[in-house]
Order: sequence, then C-alpha cells, then structure tokens
Amino acid sequence: MGQITLNQITKSFGDVQVIPPLDLQINDGEFVVFVGPSGCGKSTLLRLIAGLEDVSSGAIDIDGTDATEIPPAKRGLAMVFQSYALYPHMSVRKNIAFPLRMAGLDKAAQDAKVDAAAKVLNLTDYLDRRPGQLSGGQRQRVAIGRAIVREPAAFLFDEPLSNLDAALRVNMRLEISELHQSLKTTMIYVTHDQVEAMTMADKIVVLQAGVIEQVGSPLELYHTPRNRFVAGFIGSPKMNFFMGAFASEYNAATIGVRPEHLSVSHTDGKWSGKVGVSEHLGSDTFLYVEVDGVSEPVTVRSTGEVGFRHGDTVHLTPDPDKIHRFDNQGLRIQ
Amino acid sequence: MARAVTPRRKTINTLAAWAIGLLIFFPILWTILTSFKTEAQAISDPPVFLFFDWTLENYAVVQERSDYMRFLWNSVIIAGGSTLLGIVIGVPAAWSMAFVPSKRTKDILMWMLSTKMLPAVGVLYPIYLLFIKLGLLDTRVGLTLVLMLINLPIIIWMLYTYFKEIPGEILEAARMDGATLKEEILYILTPMAVPGIASTLLLNIILAWNEAFWTLNLTAAKAAPLTAFIASYSSPEGLFYAKLSAASTMAIAPILILGWFSQKQLVRGLTFGAVK
Amino acid sequence: MATQHSRSAARIMMAPAVVLLLGWMLVPLTMTLYFSFKKYLPLRGGDLGWVGFDNYVRFVSSSAFWPSVQTTLVIVGGVLLITIILGVLLSILLDQPMWGQGIVRILVIAPFFVMPTVSALVWKNMFMDPVNGLFAHLWEAFGAQPVEWLSDASLLSIIIIVSWQWLPFATLILLTAIQSLDSEQLEAAEMDGAPPLARFGFIILPHLSRAITIVILIQTIFLLAIFAEIFVTTGGAFGTRTLTYLIFQRVLESQNVGLGSAGGVYAIILANIVAIFLMRIVGKNLDA
Repeated sequence: MGQITLNQITKSFGDVQVIPPLDLQINDGEFVVFVGPSGCGKSTLLRLIAGLEDVSSGAIDIDGTDATEIPPAKRGLAMVFQSYALYPHMSVRKNIAFPLRMAGLDKAAQDAKVDAAAKVLNLTDYLDRRPGQLSGGQRQRVAIGRAIVREPAAFLFDEPLSNLDAALRVNMRLEISELHQSLKTTMIYVTHDQVEAMTMADKIVVLQAGVIEQVGSPLELYHTPRNRFVAGFIGSPKMNFFMGAFASEYNAATIGVRPEHLSVSHTDGKWSGKVGVSEHLGSDTFLYVEVDGVSEPVTVRSTGEVGFRHGDTVHLTPDPDKIHRFDNQGLRIQ
Repeated sequence: MARAVTPRRKTINTLAAWAIGLLIFFPILWTILTSFKTEAQAISDPPVFLFFDWTLENYAVVQERSDYMRFLWNSVIIAGGSTLLGIVIGVPAAWSMAFVPSKRTKDILMWMLSTKMLPAVGVLYPIYLLFIKLGLLDTRVGLTLVLMLINLPIIIWMLYTYFKEIPGEILEAARMDGATLKEEILYILTPMAVPGIASTLLLNIILAWNEAFWTLNLTAAKAAPLTAFIASYSSPEGLFYAKLSAASTMAIAPILILGWFSQKQLVRGLTFGAVK
Repeated sequence: MATQHSRSAARIMMAPAVVLLLGWMLVPLTMTLYFSFKKYLPLRGGDLGWVGFDNYVRFVSSSAFWPSVQTTLVIVGGVLLITIILGVLLSILLDQPMWGQGIVRILVIAPFFVMPTVSALVWKNMFMDPVNGLFAHLWEAFGAQPVEWLSDASLLSIIIIVSWQWLPFATLILLTAIQSLDSEQLEAAEMDGAPPLARFGFIILPHLSRAITIVILIQTIFLLAIFAEIFVTTGGAFGTRTLTYLIFQRVLESQNVGLGSAGGVYAIILANIVAIFLMRIVGKNLDA
C-alpha cells in the first residue's frame, strides 16, 4: 500500500509562505514526479511528506491514517537523497542494513535482505567496500538498496540523478523505471529536469512558487498544457510563443507552437524569417530562425537532412491543429 | 608550488629554516640536555653541549623529593577530566547549533565565545570565595570544573565547525531509516566526526594542561598539577639547574608529543574557525 | 531543516552548556560588581559597608595604577610587534620549498606547548641568570659585562619570554593563511613585472591582513591576562607589575577585595573592548 493524500497543507518559513494551501492525491503504485524550476518548493513538498519538515497547517494522510504528527521514521517511507547521504564510515553492507538494524531485525534476517537487494542492484561484489570507494552510479544504487530493504509504503527520491554524468543518468533513469515496474510501489520523484519527468512519470505535478500549476500524465501535459508556464516548461526544445498580431489572428493573447509543429520551406509559408544558428544532431536539425516581431529566435525542429544555411530566408508554417492558445492571464483557451 | 625551484635556492631555504627552527627550539633542547647532566656540569663555564657524562640521577631525585607522580596524576586527571566532561556537554550543544540552527544560534555562539574573553583576574576573588564555601579549594574536582568551564566555549566552537562540514542529509537519512536522536548521534554523527572530536580533545587537553592561572591560585598541596609543581622550583631550588631541567622535561614531554600530533587543528581551534 | 520535534530536542541538548556558561559568567561577575562597591577586607574586619565608587576612584588614583597600565601596554605591544613581524617573515620562509619542512615546522611550534611556568623558569635561570645563565656566558665570551636581565632589563626579559611562547602561534596561523594564497596570483604578478618586494607588499601582505588582525586580537586577549610568567620570574617587581598582576596582588596578597574587584571591573571592560573587534571578525566569518 502507498496511498498519500495531502489535504490543504501549507508551509511557511517565518513570514514567508513557500507553499500556499495545496491538495494532492497520490495513488498506490503510482510513479509521481514533482517537477519545476529550482526554488519552486518541490523539495520542500517532498520533505513535508517525508516528515523532515513540519507542515504549517493541513494534514498528510498515508494509507488512510493521519501521518501529520508522525515522526519520519514511523511513516513507512524511504528516501533517496540528492547527495545519496550514504554513511561514509560503514561498508555497503552496513549501509543497506542500517534501517533493518534500527528496526531491530536479527543479523540473519538482515543479511538475507541485504543480499537479496544487492543481487537486484548488482552490488553483490561491492558489499564490503566503503561508499568512498564506489563510483557515482554504484553509490546511487546503494542509496536505493538502503531504501528497498525497508519495503516502504512509498519511495521518495530527491533529485537523485543530478550528481551523475549525462550517460549514467540515462542508465539510472531506466533502472529506476524498471525497479518501479517490478516493485509496483508508490514512488515520488523530485526533479527540475522535465525530460526525467516525461520519461519516468505516470503522473507529473508541475510546481511553480509552491503552487501546483497542473497535474496530469506526461502526454496530457504535452498536448493540453493548462497555462503558458506548463506549456513552456514541458517539452524540449521549448515551445515558441508568439504575441501581438501573430496571436490576435487566432483570437488569443499569446499562441504557442512547439518546434516539432512548425514546417519550414524555402519558398512559401505563413511567417518568414532568417536562419541564425542551425544545430545538426543527425536525426534532427534544430533551426533558430529570426522572425521580425518575435523577440526570441523561433526554434524549428526539422528532419536530419535539410539544406538551410546561416542567413537563408525561410518560411514557417504552424500545424493548425497543434497551436496552443492562451488568454492574457496566460491560461489555455479551449 | 607550481614550478621547480633551483637546488641552490632550495639549499639556502633549508639552511635558513633549519637554523631558525633550531634557534627557536634551542631552549627546549637545552633543558632536555641539561636534565641529563650533573649539577656541576650544568653550570660549568664554559657550558658543555653534548660531551658530558649522561646521567638519569636528576630524574630519580626529582621524583623522590617532590613526588612528581602525584603532580603528574593531578595534571592527567584535571586536564583529561575537564576535557572529557567538556566534550560530553559540548557534543549535544554543537549538534543542536550545527544541525538545527535558529535565528539565535549565531548570537549564542558569539556569547559563548565572549565568556572565554572574561579576564580571569576579574573574577578571581568570587571564584576563590565560592570554592572555599563549597569546599572545592585545592580539590581536583573543583579545578576540573573550572578548566572545563573556561574551555567549554572552545570545545563547542571547534565541534560546531567540524559538525558544520557534515552534510545534514546524512543525518536526515538516518532519521528516515528509523534512528532515534540518540542513535543518530551515536551511530552516525560521532563516528563521522571522530577526527574533529579527536582534535578537539587533543587541543583542549593541551590548553588545560598548561593553564597557569587557576591552577596556581586554586590549589595548594593536594590537587596541585604540574604547573604548580614547576612553580615551586622558582626559588631557591631553581638554582639546581639539572634538577629543574629534569622536572621541566617531565612536565612538558607528554604535551609536546600530543602537540605535535595536533598542530594542524591548533589553528582552527585557537582562531575559533576564523582561519582554516 | 527542522521539525518541531528536533527543535525542542535541540533546545534540551543545548541547555546544559548554556546554563553552565551562564552561571559561570553571571555569578562571579555579579559578585565582583558587588564587592567593587564595598570596603571589604577579609582579614581586617571583613565587610565594612558600601562605599559607592570609592574603590574605582582609589584604584585609578593609586600610584601603582598608571605604571601598571603602562607596563601592560609595553608588554602587549612589544610582544605583538615582535611576534607579528617575525611571524610574517618566518611563515614566508617556511612556505618555501625545502628539505625537512615538517621537522622544521615542529621545531618552530614546540614553544607553544611548553607550559608557561616551565618556560618562565627555564628562561629565568638557565638563560637570563647573570652568573650561570647561557646569556652571561655568551656576553663574557665577547668580553662584555653580563646583564642582570630580570632586574635591569626586566620588561625586555618578560617580552622576550612571552614572545618566544607566542611566536609559534603567530607563525602557524600566518603560515596557514599564506598557504591559502593562490600561487597563480603570485605568478600573474610576476608576469606583470612585479619584483619580489612588490609582490610581498601588494599581494602577500594584503592577503595576510585578515590573519594578522586575528592574531593581534587573540593574542591581545591572552597577553592582557599573562600571569604565570610574571609570577615565577619577578613576582611583579622591577616594574613588571601589569594590570592583571596588580589586581591579583590587591585581592590575594593584600586581601583588599573591594579595591581588587574595582580593578577587575576595569580589566573586564578593557578585555571587552578588544573582544568586540574580534567578535566582529569571527561573526562575519560565521555568515560566510
């Protein structure tokens, strides 16, 4: 079980309210990602759920019991920290066994569980090493192992991949997803990287300044962002925004078009501009086109083999079904 | 240093530094050498440096006459006891300030530091009077308490700066893993802070061992540590150089050895973390 | 990073230290203040009633007061001057590449670990004794008349002894500071055409200024309170009676507690003036 309900919770540090009243429902077995720019309160929210911080008001419900006043150790949650927070003076085995030792399990039971977890995580050969002798990816797995052995109601991940290099990050992303597939335990995952959010989540919670901007599946957020912030935050490269005359044509204050929904041509199209930088990635080519009346270059995603060069005049046409319209509050117009 | 230095330059540096180092160390060296001479050789004119009849006689005489072991034991108890007591009180306090900081933490730290700056002579009589009233004058317990109190700010400061370097996430991980506060401090914080706690221990033993205001003014015979033992040589026995040297060597030897181990931490401890 | 629970735990765990230090500060301080307004002679009638600021006035107007202030300032100033100048030079030397750096370092630091009573006695008898001291032999070797150090040059003698004890402290801290200097800065200055003396004046010295300030402040606090060195050498005679020593004599030797306490209050005020500057620096560092 691992159903978590946040009921009108708030958090203030002194006079500063970092989380205004907030409701959220996390279902058993769900992989939920909190995503948002740094300082949006996503880590604070995770720490509130963990019990490492007190809520200022409101209630946290875990599996039907009010956990608001329960200390972190008793909530049945396990956490993987950004720095991994391994105990440097203990071997890998002792690190993983620590929560079991605190729970008062006997030595044989501890060993059995540690060995099982080590096998799943490919750590069997490293059990007698100290964390300092491990690579970043291995440390990450030890931290996960320490969380797994407790068989928690839910796993909490606080930006667990941000200290890894790019290649390893992709690997660990897959491993965590696979772990979720096999354990089917609730996972709450905090990241500022929308790619991680899109690739891993069942449900994404987009936060800004402590406020939930939108909750939904990755594709819901991609196709129907509720406002300009979500539209700009989800998707890579970022959505292009057009204002003024461009938008009023569509009865909106702002329109947004994703780079992959613009077609580009030498000869004709709706808007024209000059090619600035073009990035050739092989599979794709990203063109940055200067369009008069648009402050930032318009990003266009094109196929790998296109013959546009710096300074060429090109014509852009948006896919009419894929235009996102926003009112002057930044909210989506249906 | 990023670049190679000519051997000539390095030789000059070495000679100069060694000459100055030996000059500074000379009084200690001379004391140690003299402690192995006979009284006659100790005051011979011209002085003899190395070529004399080495003898251990002085050490035997000093021990016999002034009961060196008793003073040594007092020093050990007072310096060690005050430091251990200070650590036991200081670790929880430093934990609080390092890991649960509040708006007042900085003020409290500064205030603690300010008590260290209170000139001892300003409160000499009240302490003297209190010690008489409480029956603590010339007792090891009394002196242990006073030395613990004068060094407590340094102990807390040093521990605080060491604890600050331990990431709070690790302690939070322990909390998530089900450790109680006691277990968190005992199993996680303390083992991780062993180097810091050890240097705090070492530096404070040194400071307590060499403290020479309260140890001279609050003891007479029973509880007097080595500082008082040496002071008793000030006259007329001080004229017996060899014995004075033997007594001095015995008084400083333990701490010289400890000091050499802790020289790196000394800086941090004595500047309250302002220079690292 | 805290919950209500951990905050209350923190308060409880801090309590012993805070209560003890508060008691250690307030109780004697209150008593000193109390005595300073009384005529109090424990061996000659005990408590003889309130006298207002009499003790404060008498302490300052006594013929021993100004000389003691002057002695204190000369000793503190002299030791600071010697330890800082020699400390800077020595720390620069020790920072150079050489053989046996670690051992030299240990030799230089050693005096700091010698207990004050030992260093005072060793210097007094084995070096400064006018008949058998090494200095006497040295002077005679050059055909000069040996100096009666502790009576004829008493202040200088004390300054030498105390400087020897504190030079290691200054050197060690300045050396630590020098080692934190980015060597690329010096190389850049060299590329810019700065000769060694200019590099010292424009790069090294400014880099050391903070460490020097700290050394000055910390040493001042300890030097204002030196006691054992005077206690076992001159016993306050021959113009070596510092403010600390004068108060000690008033309280314990002549048992005039009221007068001594007034002196103690002066000493506390003096130390606090220095302390405020030190705390500013330390406090700033705390924010960083």
